[in-house]
Amino acid sequence: MQISQTYRLQFLVLFIGLIVAFLVNLSIGSVSIPIDEIVSIFLGNGASKETWRYIIMDYRLPKAITAMLAGGGLAISGLLMQTLFRNPLAGPFVLGLSSGASLGVAILILGASAFGGFFGTLLLSQWSLVIASALGSFLVLLAVLAVTFRIKDTMAILIIGLMFGSVTTAVVSVLSYFSNAEQLQQYIFWSFGSLGNQSWQGVLILSLCFLAGILLSVFSSKSLNGLLLGENYAKSMGLHIKRTTFIIILATSILAGSITAFVGPIAFVGLAVPHLVRQFYKTSNHLVLLPAVLLCGSLLMLICDTVAQLPFSEFTLPINAITSLIGAPVVIWLLVRKRKLFF
Amino acid sequence: MVSEEKNIILEARNLAVGYSSKGGDSVIAEAINFSILKGELVGLVGANGIGKSTLLRSLSGMQSVLKGSIYLNGKNLNEYTSFQLATQLSVVLTEAPASKNLSVLEMVSLGRQPYTNWLGSLSEVDKKAINFALEATETTTLAHRKCYELSDGQMQRVAIARALTQDTPIIILDEPTTHLDIYHRAYVLKLLKKLASETQKTILFSTHEIDLAIQLTDKMLVMAKNESFYNEPCKLIEDGRFNALFPTETIDFDGKTGRFVIKN
Repeated sequence: MQISQTYRLQFLVLFIGLIVAFLVNLSIGSVSIPIDEIVSIFLGNGASKETWRYIIMDYRLPKAITAMLAGGGLAISGLLMQTLFRNPLAGPFVLGLSSGASLGVAILILGASAFGGFFGTLLLSQWSLVIASALGSFLVLLAVLAVTFRIKDTMAILIIGLMFGSVTTAVVSVLSYFSNAEQLQQYIFWSFGSLGNQSWQGVLILSLCFLAGILLSVFSSKSLNGLLLGENYAKSMGLHIKRTTFIIILATSILAGSITAFVGPIAFVGLAVPHLVRQFYKTSNHLVLLPAVLLCGSLLMLICDTVAQLPFSEFTLPINAITSLIGAPVVIWLLVRKRKLFF
Repeated sequence: MVSEEKNIILEARNLAVGYSSKGGDSVIAEAINFSILKGELVGLVGANGIGKSTLLRSLSGMQSVLKGSIYLNGKNLNEYTSFQLATQLSVVLTEAPASKNLSVLEMVSLGRQPYTNWLGSLSEVDKKAINFALEATETTTLAHRKCYELSDGQMQRVAIARALTQDTPIIILDEPTTHLDIYHRAYVLKLLKKLASETQKTILFSTHEIDLAIQLTDKMLVMAKNESFYNEPCKLIEDGRFNALFPTETIDFDGKTGRFVIKN
């Protein structure tokens, strides 16, 4: 009997889809650039217009790469959380990471007036936003990990993560109440999420965090499979529950934390993609699911970003709204079709 | 007697099990003594709440004991790492697998986790063990079904197949016959009997099917309040141990038929 199954067809379709979406994403925008010109730029032959080369290399390519890293990373952390908490509704932000990041940014933007003058404007550069949200999610992460060491029950960790989320949301509300319209607008724009305006430096740092998170996830894939049976069974097969929980939470925090720091909170990708993948891969083996979820998340994010560009127009819609607009119907469709969400 | 001592695989000496908390230990069952030999099928019976599950959890290393000690192959259970224990002892729990989306084959294959490499890839030996377990439990035809499609009886067979795949000398089952119809109850117990005699595995299970257990098991552990008795079923009947199980004003044990009868 055949025991392991490969999913060559599914992976091939996903891969080709990803390449097509990548090229289309690069080609469409306020200025439309033909795909053969893009290929020519990549091959180092230059484009017929120098501005095109500039747009591709300095704006659209970093944005497309950021989109793929963000989509893939969030989808992977969603998968990790669904398996760890054995809950189909878990996503990358159940641990309160995005609320932590929001809190960091809120304190920075809404509290900037307190510092005033030159120092205040210095604080509001792009990097300071990244650092503030990274610090915010890092602090929440530390709190969650401290709790993980004390509490055995994973469901309790889930609830505590949600509580952290509530507390930080409340603090953000209080801060908003005392801020002026301009600051509020800036904060709201951050919460829309933005894939653009990434420097190559930023993309590099994001890639490193992404790589670390992915490596930890692959390293945990056997334990993740064991956890599918439940904690007691996993323990009876020699799995160290605490160590595994720690590594999985660490991987999620690195992925979701760094992505939120660079592109802002992005909803639904982490929740919806694992469920979408389970429709086409009839397996629970994380060694298959991890690459599939990674590819599918990247693909979905590229599509969302292409839609957000509003092709042939000057406007860019908030990416966070687009992912929700696409993600929520997907989850509803899955529920209506299967009547039950599995993980 | 000497050879018997050599064959002891699982032993409890003056064991007390329960839960310890800051406020003090709460003992659920105590004064438990038994020594199980290799290849024996042992049934554990007792009233609801007497501590059967707690005892089984302690024996499988999932919770620590309050008093006394457990010896596995002559070595104290505390000295085993969880990884070593995974190759000595497998369990079938009352809980269903957390993910119902697992296929039967995936669930059974997971039993090989103590033996596979860091990626969990299956070797030829692993695949052989999996096929053996599927055949022994007659679940080969179910292999590609998902767990949520199975009936309770099928699910129980699959859970036993997973434990078999783990290829341990001891299998501990917590109430494997609960929620099953009379056919599946007999089927599961006969399967355990067959496995014990054919593969020389030691099988310990808790059950409420006292009459079936009396017919099939080699030894039984009867847990009553503050005392427990370990012996062959017929000896336990002779000594009237089953009468101690429940309050006698409602039901009474009939030694001749080996079953409980309702008192009028």
